Amino acid sequence: MDRANVDTDMIIPKQFLKSIKRTGFGPNLFDEVRYLDEGQPGKDSSQRPLNPDFPLNQARYKGASVLLARENFGCGSSREHAPWALEDFGFRVLIAPSFADIFYNNCFKNGILPVVLPAEVVDQLFMELDATPGFELTADLQKQEVRTSDGRQWSFDVDSFRRHCLLNGLDDIGTTLQQADSIKAYEEKRKAEAPWLFTG
Amino acid sequence: MAGKTLYDKLWDAHLVDLRDDGSALLYIDRHLIHEVTSPQAFEGLRLAGRKPWRIGANLATADHNVPTTSAERLSGIDGITDEVSRLQVKTLDDNCADTGIVEFGLGDERQGIVHVMGPEQGATLPGMTIVCGDSHTSTHGAFGALAMGIGTSEVEHVLATQCLLQQKMKNMLVQVDGELPPGVTAKDVVLHIIGVIGTAGGTGHAIEFGGSTIRSLSIEGRMTVCNMAIEAGARAGMVAVDDTTIDYFRGRPFAPKGEHWDLAVKAWRDLVSDPDAEFDRVVTIDAADIEPQVTWGTSPEMVAGVRGRVPMLADMPSESARQSLQRALKYMGLKEGQALTDIQLDRIFIGSCTNSRIEDLRAAATVVKGRKVASSVKEALVVPGSGLVKKQAEQEGLDTVFTEAGFQWREPGCSMCLAMNADKLGQGEHCASTSNRNFEGRQGFGGRTHLVSPAMAAAAAIEGHFVDIRAWGN
Ligand code: SF4
Repeated sequence: MDRANVDTDMIIPKQFLKSIKRTGFGPNLFDEVRYLDEGQPGKDSSQRPLNPDFPLNQARYKGASVLLARENFGCGSSREHAPWALEDFGFRVLIAPSFADIFYNNCFKNGILPVVLPAEVVDQLFMELDATPGFELTADLQKQEVRTSDGRQWSFDVDSFRRHCLLNGLDDIGTTLQQADSIKAYEEKRKAEAPWLFTG
Repeated sequence: MAGKTLYDKLWDAHLVDLRDDGSALLYIDRHLIHEVTSPQAFEGLRLAGRKPWRIGANLATADHNVPTTSAERLSGIDGITDEVSRLQVKTLDDNCADTGIVEFGLGDERQGIVHVMGPEQGATLPGMTIVCGDSHTSTHGAFGALAMGIGTSEVEHVLATQCLLQQKMKNMLVQVDGELPPGVTAKDVVLHIIGVIGTAGGTGHAIEFGGSTIRSLSIEGRMTVCNMAIEAGARAGMVAVDDTTIDYFRGRPFAPKGEHWDLAVKAWRDLVSDPDAEFDRVVTIDAADIEPQVTWGTSPEMVAGVRGRVPMLADMPSESARQSLQRALKYMGLKEGQALTDIQLDRIFIGSCTNSRIEDLRAAATVVKGRKVASSVKEALVVPGSGLVKKQAEQEGLDTVFTEAGFQWREPGCSMCLAMNADKLGQGEHCASTSNRNFEGRQGFGGRTHLVSPAMAAAAAIEGHFVDIRAWGN
């Protein structure tokens, strides 16, 4: 996805946000740039005219699970429908020089790993991707590195708690609820200092 | 040791637990809920057999996906003709009824855009942590609160635990000093800031807006600025508490009363950055440099003063900047070097959580009073931010001013800001909009959005193209 500032409106346009489900957004991922007509919820996307210029419509990217992108990917609205659509389509890893904050956070909650690599590296990867048919990238969360099939590698940072949750498929809520006593203790203390916050 | 910033203070006051890896459990005082980002969260709770932790901390309303024509709104939910939308709004009603969460439903005069309704009710207050499944939650930072947009998984997390897992952000100060030139508003201030720092300028930071210009703004104006902190890349924007803040909340329905009010005011007075607080990044801006702004491209940072022009391809610093300009020009149907005042408009939208409060409607009405919308404009909409804003405007006769000029006067909701309902742009149409995002397709498939202040949108409606509000009308 060779463009900067890809926003969540582009990742999944608003008409699909009417759904009350978490699944089924994949066919409408990048809807406005992927198809030539206007998408509507409930419309069968397999019958729609594809935009031949859009990379994901090209045969060589079929089944891709790593998305290479430019800076500030995922900016705009907080809609979690964006990672839901990416995940539903089959993406597991996103690589970009930077991500918007809310989107970055939402990815981890949905089993997607957003990897930040320096802009020069991403640039180079885009060039190689263009030039090399069959180019493949792998991301290894355990070792925190991105690898090419010819064995070159770049390491990346990821917050250890998030890494732990992603690796172990942990439920955030369950983990937090183990601290129910601390939450209650905080509430008691806070109620004494700021009672007006607890009248509702 | 250096003093604390406002953000540091809000953070510290809400810390339940700090883990070794630096992640923190932050207590949430107020959770606002709307129909689009909550159904999957309620469903998640149900599937896990969990209950909301503190029902009274939540407040809900439907806004994103509701129709705005009086005809559809007369019969409440049943009047929504789009079946999928009706189910979504109904699902919010059901979820609130099941859990006991207070909801301002369709037909309740308190219903409105979450970020207009919350402060108006005093349901969001200084010193609170406020979250909502909507990125423009940053709006509520305007009165010294820590307010952030969250995703649906986090909505579920907050419902279940009253807490949020967070990493502390860095501190950034955007300091605007000096008197604003006549005709220049809060909207122009924030668009100018985004033009200076870029849409990723605040990424990873909480932005405090300070300086004499910001202090001279009303709470409504400060909300407009904080609203668009997210367009500057910052999840949270905020302004320190002062008398303006405290006066605003006096007597609001959910605001503290009696003894609690006095206690609260005492605590709120401390919601300012210490004089010796250190910021990771400081940007200073001179108010005298700010002109009425118009966005010409497909990102809020593609903005210029109304007297300006669309940039030239040859002036771009890099190949990627040149490509993105080229793409924006193509999408927007503009030529490089074109004067912004030459852009012809098809539709006008005055509304959204950025600019749909009474102050915004008054500013627009002052401009249109006694005039007519240009015949080349197909549709001009005014969509008040809440039922109460609508009522107030009607008491002041603003609705008549608008309708006599040829505007449509609608029911409250997000409307054409994100165009989930029937209010949207046609392909290729240009719109002067008081909302906050000009992304491709944001206001309708192929639609072309130009972000401006309410007064600028109103003047553009009359002329059919952009005009410099400073030199217009007298
Ligand atoms: S008015 Fe627009 S930006 Fe504001 S909450 Fe509604 S959709 Fe979001």
